[in-house]
Amino acid sequence: MADEELKAREGVRDDEEAPSSLWSRRDFFSLAGWAGVLAALGASLVGFARFMFPRVLFEPSPVFKAGYPDEYPVGTVSERWKREERVWIVREPDGFYAILAICTHLGCTPNWLQAENKFKCPCHGSGFKPTGVNFEGPAPRPLERIKIILADDGQLLIDKSVKFLREKGEWGKPGSILKV
Amino acid sequence: MPTLKERVRELPRKIARSDVWRSAFRHGYEDTPRNRVLMIMANVWLHLHPPKIRRHALRIRFTWCMGGLTFLMFLITVVTGVVLMFYYRPVAEYAYADMKYLQFDVPFGMVVRNMHRWGAHAMVITVWLHMFRVFMTGSYKPPREFNWVVGVILLTLTLLLSFTGYLLPWDQLSIWAVTVGTNMARATPLLGHEGPFAANLGVTPRYDARAFLLGGTIVGPPTLLRFYVLHCIFLPILASLFMCVHFWRIRKDGGISGPL
Repeated sequence: MADEELKAREGVRDDEEAPSSLWSRRDFFSLAGWAGVLAALGASLVGFARFMFPRVLFEPSPVFKAGYPDEYPVGTVSERWKREERVWIVREPDGFYAILAICTHLGCTPNWLQAENKFKCPCHGSGFKPTGVNFEGPAPRPLERIKIILADDGQLLIDKSVKFLREKGEWGKPGSILKV
Repeated sequence: MPTLKERVRELPRKIARSDVWRSAFRHGYEDTPRNRVLMIMANVWLHLHPPKIRRHALRIRFTWCMGGLTFLMFLITVVTGVVLMFYYRPVAEYAYADMKYLQFDVPFGMVVRNMHRWGAHAMVITVWLHMFRVFMTGSYKPPREFNWVVGVILLTLTLLLSFTGYLLPWDQLSIWAVTVGTNMARATPLLGHEGPFAANLGVTPRYDARAFLLGGTIVGPPTLLRFYVLHCIFLPILASLFMCVHFWRIRKDGGISGPL
């Protein structure tokens, strides 16, 4: 037949037409080559992503010690750390909590008005109860609380990188309030 | 033996016949349709352009030349930007002082800096006007829909170039602008620490999309360096590549669209 003549002339053998395995040797090496290239690229990409996050940051630490608990009279809002750390420490009869002095409207620093018993933002007039809950003005949500615990030496330890949001139901969580 | 006068007279022809000259100017100035096409096709830069365009493509009232002006603004900012790099150091201690040094002491520094600044402003404006023209003339329709998408990517790159360049003077205005701008990255889905589903992935303010951009958790010296690299290396190269595709695509899609 013509087909067989053609094959014979081109030196094609029948056993090559029906390979014994699913992949030919060429397919296998091609696939292995591309897999190797992609794996190297992927690993480099992951490495680069990690590269962009240095281990040490030369920034002010978000953690600070705020003195001993008995320095804060019961029922007061302390402005002691506001200028330095932008934090209020509130002492209630059953414990402490720390509030970040950043208005949840547009990020200004509110004032604590002792006479009116509220936080008041000078920018757009948002008002917050001593607990941090918003009750007037444009602020859409309560002030954010941050982690407050006791350090080993008995001082208050504040960590501004850990936040507790009321709208997420986080105000009862450990660290959000320091019971004494 | 030719005289000196004859040699001098022969010189231009000799230069024009030399290998060096003919490898730069391969096709001469012969004003025939064939030679005009060859001049474009044989040039690595010009070959991106169509060798011939239709008469309407030159009508200023149709194109406003806004694409070309945008490219001109890009070239101006690239040239002046490279010149500024001879003095500017992207280090927190020096950046602002270098900017002032350029403005008030370096000869022509004020002109170069302002060309860069106003060229950048103008580029943002011309990009929008170009996009408006393309939209109003329906030039985004098939077969040019792919080039519209390339154009949208170029628009984004233009805005990112503007945004990263804005930080480099390192004054209060730029620091706070970038503070506000990068705060948006907090809300990135999955990758921003205040974004949806991020808590499930364990993303923290220290390791999220915003920290990736800032090189920390605040706009500080690492941010200045990061934005400088993006502004001077990464984004211009990326934009150049997309521009090559953009110009090439005009040609491949049949030249500038015609008036309807």
